[in-house]
Amino acid sequence: MSVLMNKDSRVLIQGFGGAGQREAKTSIAYGTQVVAGVTPGRGGQTIEGVPIYNTVVEAVEQHQANVSLIFVPAPFAADAILEAERAGVPLIICITEGIPVLDMVKVKRVMKNSKSRLIGPNCPGVISVADRSRAGIMPVDVYLEGNVGVISRSGTLVYEAVDQLSRLGIGQSGSLGVGGDPIIGTTQREALELFEADPDTAAIVLIGEIGGTAEQEAAEYIKQMKKPVVVFIGGATAPPGRRMGHAGAIISGAAGTASAKQAALRAAGATIVENPADIGSTMQAVLKQHGLA
Amino acid sequence: MKLHEYQAKELLAQFGVPVPKGRVARTPEEAEAITIELGGSSVIKAQAHTGARGKAGGVKVAKTPEEAKAHAAAILGMQLVTHQTGPAGLPVSAVLVEELVDIEREIYLSVAIDNTPGMPVIIASAQGGMDIEEVAANSPDAIFKQHVDPACGFQPFQGRELAFAIGLDGALLGPATQLIGNLVRAFMESDGAIAEINPVVVTKDGRLLAADAKFSIDDNAEYRQAALVGQRDRSQEDDRELDAHDHGIQNYVALDGDIGCLVNGAGLAMATMDGIKFAGGEPANFLDIGTANNPEAIAAALRLIGSDPKVKAVLVNIFGGLARTDVIAEGVILAKREGMISQPTVVRLSGTNVELGNKILDEATDVDLIRADGFADGARKVVAASRGEK
Repeated sequence: MSVLMNKDSRVLIQGFGGAGQREAKTSIAYGTQVVAGVTPGRGGQTIEGVPIYNTVVEAVEQHQANVSLIFVPAPFAADAILEAERAGVPLIICITEGIPVLDMVKVKRVMKNSKSRLIGPNCPGVISVADRSRAGIMPVDVYLEGNVGVISRSGTLVYEAVDQLSRLGIGQSGSLGVGGDPIIGTTQREALELFEADPDTAAIVLIGEIGGTAEQEAAEYIKQMKKPVVVFIGGATAPPGRRMGHAGAIISGAAGTASAKQAALRAAGATIVENPADIGSTMQAVLKQHGLA
Repeated sequence: MKLHEYQAKELLAQFGVPVPKGRVARTPEEAEAITIELGGSSVIKAQAHTGARGKAGGVKVAKTPEEAKAHAAAILGMQLVTHQTGPAGLPVSAVLVEELVDIEREIYLSVAIDNTPGMPVIIASAQGGMDIEEVAANSPDAIFKQHVDPACGFQPFQGRELAFAIGLDGALLGPATQLIGNLVRAFMESDGAIAEINPVVVTKDGRLLAADAKFSIDDNAEYRQAALVGQRDRSQEDDRELDAHDHGIQNYVALDGDIGCLVNGAGLAMATMDGIKFAGGEPANFLDIGTANNPEAIAAALRLIGSDPKVKAVLVNIFGGLARTDVIAEGVILAKREGMISQPTVVRLSGTNVELGNKILDEATDVDLIRADGFADGARKVVAASRGEK
C-alpha cells in the first residue's frame, strides 16, 4: 500500500489523549514516524516522546507532517478534519465514531475541492506492511508482508480478514478501512482504484456491508480492474429497517440488501464469499487460479 | 430517534410548514373536546412508531364528537400491529385529533441524506399517499430530486423546479416552494435523518397541508438536540434495547434467534450473525460493544444478553483493535462469577493483548467457558452449545 503510506509518511495525531497516545506508541514501535501531536492548550509538552502543538498548522510547519490521524471526540471531529485540510495535510485519517451526519455533509463539500484525501471517519485507518507505516488502530501482530490488499467498511472485519489470510500464509500489502458511516471521505470504489494502482498489491479483499449503494458503485469499477477482487458483504442475516451499529448499515430499499450487492459484484467479475469464515480460503483459491500464489 | 406524527407536525409547524388543525389527546374525553373545537368532525389517528396504521385500525373518521370519543376509546390502549411492528405490535397511549379535509390531490415529499454525494436530497412525487419504494420501482420517472448544497443551502429555484415537476403550479407554486424550503430548514436545524410528508395534500379549497409526517433525528446528533430528545417515547422501543442504551451500549438490536452475541465492531458483529446462521444457528441479537472498554460494561452487556429468555448459548467474538481483549476477558469472568449470565458461553479472542486476554481466561479455572480458536470454530461451538451438545 505504498501509494498511500510509505517510509516517508510523517504522522501527526490530532487528539493526543488516551487512545491517541496508545496508538502512537504502537505505531512508533512498529517503525512508523509519529512526528507530532495536536491537543489545543497542551502545546509545548512532550508526551510519550512526541512533541505536542496547539494547532495543526504549527505541527505541519515544524515537522512536515504529511498524514494526520484524528482521535478527536465526535462533537469536535469535523472541526479537526477541516483544520487538517486547511493546513494542507495531504492524507487525513479520521478514526472517530459518531460524528453527526450533517457535520460530515459540510466536510464532504470541502473535501470535494481539496487537494487532501480524507479516509473515514469511523474507520480503523491505513497500514502499509512492507514499509511498516501505520496510521490507525489495527493490531499489528496479525499482519504478514505480502501482496493482498484489504479494504473494508468495518474495522474489526479488516483484522478478521487479515488474520484468516495470515493463518494460511498469505501476506498483505496493506489495509484501508473506509469507515462505517453513511458519508465518508474515500469510497470503496476510490480505495479499489488506489490498490489497483499500488505496485505492491496483486489481489484485493473487499468487505462491504448492507445499506447504501457504495458496493454497487465499487462493482462498476471492478468491471475494468485487472487485479482479482474477493468480496464479503456483512449483514446478510440483518432485518430490514434496523440500523446495525454503523450508521450506514441499514437496509432501506432493495439496493441496500446483501443479495443485491452480491449480485452486482458477481456480475462485475468479483468472487463472492458467503460465509465470513471463508474469506481467507477463498482468496487462497483465487490466487492459485490467477497464478499469483 | 423517531418522533411521533404529532411531535413531527409540531416541529414542522414551528418551521412554517402548514399542518391540519388539531392536537394530541390522551383520553376519549379530550378527543371529544378537540372534535367540538374543530367544528364537530375529526380524524382520530393512533400515535405509534409505524406506518400502515390505517389498515391496522389505527385511523378512524368521526362525524360527531360522540363518535370521536368512541373511536379514541377504541384506539387508546390498543396494541397496534402492522407489518412493520412485528406480532407484538406497539402500544398506543395518544391519538392525534385533526380536522377533516377535502382532498383533491396527494403529493409525496421528503428530505433525507444521499450518501454518495454526501448531501441532503429533497425527493418529490405527484404520486403521494403511496409507498415511495413502490413508486421508485414501478415508475422511476415520477420521482424528482434536488440536492441541497451545504455551501449555499436550499435555493428557491430548487423548490420551483420540484413544484412544476409535480404539477404544483399556478396559485400553488409560491406556497409549494415555501413549504419545501421550510421542510429543508426543519431537517437541517433539527439534525434530521429522515423528514417525510406522505402525503402533502392539496385541499379542494386550494390549501397545501402536511397530512402525515414522519421525522427521525440523527442518533449521532442527539447531544445537540435536547428539546427533541426530551420527546422520546420509550414505550415505542424494545425494553432490552432501552436497557442497553441506559448502560451506554448504543448498538444492541434484539432479534428472534436463540444465540446471543457480544462482539466488538459493527461489521464483525454483523458477520458473526451471518457466521452463526451458516453454522446452522439463529442469532438472538446484534451487539457491538463499541468503545465500552471496562470489565463492568462488558459484564453488563452479557447480563443483558443472558436476560433474554430465548437465549440458549452466547458467543463472545472479539478481534481487538481499540478494544482490549484482556479487558473483555475480565468482563466475561466477572459476569460468570457474579452469575450475571448462566448460559453456556463460547469465547473467541484475537488481536490487541490477546496473550494477556487468554492468560486471564486460563487462570480463571473456576469459570466454565468454551474456548474457540478463530471465527468458524466459535460459530460452530456456539451452535453446538445451543443444542446442548459439546
